[in-house]
Amino acid sequence: MKTEAFNDRDVSDSYYLVDIEDYPTDGWGKFKRVIKRTFRGELFVGLWVVMREMIKFDIHTVSYPQEKMPIGPRYRAVHEMKRLWESDAERCIGCGLCEKICISNCIQIDTKIDENSRKEVSEYSINLGRCIFCGYCAEVCPELAITHGGRYENASDQREHFVMYEDMLTPLDKMKAGAQLEFEGFGAITPHEDERVKKTPLAY
Amino acid sequence: MEVAYLIETVIKVVVVLLIFSALAGIGTYFERKILAFMQRRLGPMNVGPYGLLQVAADGVKLFTKEDIIPTNVVAPIFKIAPVITAATAFMAAAAIPFLPQFEIFGYTVHPIIADINVGILYILGIMGVGLYGPLLGGMASANKFSLLSAARGAAVFISYEVVTGLSILAPIMMVGSLSLIDFNEYQIENGWIIFNLYGVGFVAFILFWIAAFAETGRTPFHLIANDHEIIDGFGTEYSGMRWGLFFIGEYANMFFISFVIPLLFLGGYGDGSFMGAMALLGKVAFFFFFFLWTRAAWPDVRPDQLMWLCWKVLMPIAVINIVIAGIVMM
Repeated sequence: MKTEAFNDRDVSDSYYLVDIEDYPTDGWGKFKRVIKRTFRGELFVGLWVVMREMIKFDIHTVSYPQEKMPIGPRYRAVHEMKRLWESDAERCIGCGLCEKICISNCIQIDTKIDENSRKEVSEYSINLGRCIFCGYCAEVCPELAITHGGRYENASDQREHFVMYEDMLTPLDKMKAGAQLEFEGFGAITPHEDERVKKTPLAY
Repeated sequence: MEVAYLIETVIKVVVVLLIFSALAGIGTYFERKILAFMQRRLGPMNVGPYGLLQVAADGVKLFTKEDIIPTNVVAPIFKIAPVITAATAFMAAAAIPFLPQFEIFGYTVHPIIADINVGILYILGIMGVGLYGPLLGGMASANKFSLLSAARGAAVFISYEVVTGLSILAPIMMVGSLSLIDFNEYQIENGWIIFNLYGVGFVAFILFWIAAFAETGRTPFHLIANDHEIIDGFGTEYSGMRWGLFFIGEYANMFFISFVIPLLFLGGYGDGSFMGAMALLGKVAFFFFFFLWTRAAWPDVRPDQLMWLCWKVLMPIAVINIVIAGIVMM
């Protein structure tokens, strides 16, 4: 999409001043204005406009539960936890940056050292009642593990229902099918990252 | 008073009541659909095919809803007000010939309940009484918005009546009778009244049409129950079927005035043939559609503007019209 048209802030040639007549002060002027307005037929212009729209039948309704508007890949709805493409293992390394940066304090993360002496996430939950969907957690995540998804229909009897780690994690069968979608919002890898990355000289 | 005449009248009353109650419901469906199409929407779509059963759903809702009489209202007047609106709307229909007379099983039916000799006077009078519903309901509601609406109702009341009364004087002078059947007979011989007497009939028609909008409280003059200013006006405190009666009254009024305008000015049902009857129904459909059309297209006026329009513009035109009619007929 070309963005030049939107970036052009020079509106001097398309703006014009509306010609507003002076308000009539005397009775004769008011009478003339009434006569002018009565016989100018503006009421029929209005009638014609709505009739034209009815004949054109250009309906803009989206019948919502059956049809949905497409949402952008950067849309920030309920969070998702991604898996690694190579090993299907969880991407989250338990660094806790998302908990740290969360401005509404809705992320709770707890980690422990597992039997292989690796850091493991033991508890991870997001309080959706507090979450403002700012996207900082997805932006700050060094592993692109926590991202926003596209699921915006959340019906529950309580808004404060936690989002459990297991609910957010990409299911294994979906992962095996290769159906996991990468988040393209803030913090994500831009499309030409491979060409732009510079190799580290080994001589350092 | 024959028994057969009594039975016939009762049957006619029941038929008119049933048909126009149903039409009032279907009228809301048409209103929603046409407004939706004019605003590039779909309107009701989910209840039944193309939302047709929405009317039934609304009816069930209105009938089963709790009838709330709030504290501090003047209960007897609060309760009777919607009945006034609905009842007077249907009472006015008694003098309207809905179709030309026809024969069924060798029995001649006159589709008019009572051909009284003051027909149009009776219709306008009873329709005028109908405005007591909003007036009394609004004043009895113990609600500021309802009170405002009642005050506006009074303003509408004193404004449009003078225009309706004076505008039909010229046609009455031409016809020499107040019965709508006589109006029809006159127009068979002399052509439609709007084309009669060098434009006098046309001016009278336009004036009466404008006043009809005030009488039914439709959009250019929808100030009694203007949703964006005074919530629902007199209907704010009403719920359930009492509110539904206001609604039925309003829509029945729209249908009846849509019958009266063609009967008075546009040749009515013509010579009484089948095509004439269909033409009358077509004219009625157009006038009803026009009520919805203007609602989609036009803005509302303020109460003072309505009074200005009726007293300072339309009434002088109506009086001049009568004078011209008198001079021409002399």
